[in-house]
Amino acid sequence: MTPLDAKRPLQLNHQGQLRHFLSLDGLPRELLTEILDTADSFLEVGARAVKKVPLLRGKTVCNVFFENSTRTRTTFELAAQRLSADVITLNVSTSSTSKGETLFDTLRNLEAMAADMFVVRHGDSGAAHFIAEHVCPEVAIINGGDGRHAHPTQGMLDMLTIRRHKGSFENLSVAIVGDILHSRVARSNMIALKALGCPDIRVVAPKTLLPIGVEQYGVKVYTDLAEGLKDVDVVIMLRLQRERMQGGLLPSEGEFYRLFGLTTARLAGAKPDAIVMHPGPINRGVEIESAVADGAHSVILNQVTYGIAIRMAVMSMAMSGQTAQRQFEQENAQ
Amino acid sequence: MSLPNPAELIRQMALDLTASLSKRGIVEPRFIGIRTGGVWVAQALLEAMSSQSPLGTLDVSFYRDDFSQNGLHPQVRPSELPFEIEGQHLVLIDDVLMSGRTIRAALNELFDYGRPASVTLVCLLDLDAGELPISPDVVGATLSLELDERVKLSGPTPLTLELQDLSTASAAL
Repeated sequence: MTPLDAKRPLQLNHQGQLRHFLSLDGLPRELLTEILDTADSFLEVGARAVKKVPLLRGKTVCNVFFENSTRTRTTFELAAQRLSADVITLNVSTSSTSKGETLFDTLRNLEAMAADMFVVRHGDSGAAHFIAEHVCPEVAIINGGDGRHAHPTQGMLDMLTIRRHKGSFENLSVAIVGDILHSRVARSNMIALKALGCPDIRVVAPKTLLPIGVEQYGVKVYTDLAEGLKDVDVVIMLRLQRERMQGGLLPSEGEFYRLFGLTTARLAGAKPDAIVMHPGPINRGVEIESAVADGAHSVILNQVTYGIAIRMAVMSMAMSGQTAQRQFEQENAQ
Repeated sequence: MSLPNPAELIRQMALDLTASLSKRGIVEPRFIGIRTGGVWVAQALLEAMSSQSPLGTLDVSFYRDDFSQNGLHPQVRPSELPFEIEGQHLVLIDDVLMSGRTIRAALNELFDYGRPASVTLVCLLDLDAGELPISPDVVGATLSLELDERVKLSGPTPLTLELQDLSTASAAL
């Protein structure tokens, strides 16, 4: 079941500032804009000779990855290092859990090492939420992707990409194409686009790869790629998640590419200055043609750069909000 | 207490700064204002000196030493330095010098861009409350305030100074 963060502002402190970053669900537009603005400033830091600021000096950030990832893990590590935090990364799938230790015990041990922040990636929806609520309320928790639920830093880096290339969200048409069903990126993007005021959000996929009730997100559904791409400003391609695919959702990858693969010819139906995004890793010839992935419309590598800035912004804001919350609770206890 | 007129202070500061730079043989200084008030003072100062030099702006939010107490400033904006720092003579401009902590943060940030040849510190007001061994090379006026008093600069045009009393106006801050 999908957790409903919106019902309870678990991720905000008493002043409405971020203290955990679990999901974009229910976050106000002002807060999303503040994240984007802060990330803009960190982008400038990334362009300097010394790409480091002393903001989180003396803080300890622990990346806890229950699920494999290269890009997300390394950009979180780099982001924490550029904030001058001490960083350790644990691939839990290959360590204690295989010896029988529970999630609860693993995290309590890390907490005892005086970690100030956990970046958690987990195959189960709601894992980060569970940890923030029940395991380590003192530690700032950042969701690095949980099951099919959310990937909020990816969602925000996609928003930063769109804002930097298109200026704003008010008049945009954005198409999200591919495996919507298994994609936490798609969920985070739909929520963020809606909150930031994008008027035309489209999802384009075969019926078998669309979650039931996707219209609830305020999106238009297309099952034909040419129609879905017509005159859009932004195309967000999703990876076909072969490892999550079970039981005949698709006839074959070849057929998927023929109907939903983004080729130069298909892209011609979008606006002439459309940008093409992809969260990576890309499957060339499965959901996207190499000529498009490497072409002039592609901003796929810019997304990686923006991802570091977004993660720096979210980490510093959550650390700041969590510290304020702890001070507030201490003062109230006295 | 009556506060000085910023426009008059800047006229004198322009003369003092020109004299100070020429005395040290600095011909092409690089001007940098600290956001937000320092940028306003810097713009007024460059105008008073009839200088066409580009103005760099510095946002020291990422370098402050009070992150653990006050957190991140929500309106942080990118620093913009349209010139090299390495080997240059810098003129660092701020509005009000109080504890010296902003200047420390600014110096730390500048050194992440390169190693300047020198840094000249210019402030509109020195409140003489130095918590750190930092004092301005060129200053408009030096004031002594009561413990609860603060000075606020509004701008950019016209620049005006206003005295605030924290003991009565704490809600407004």
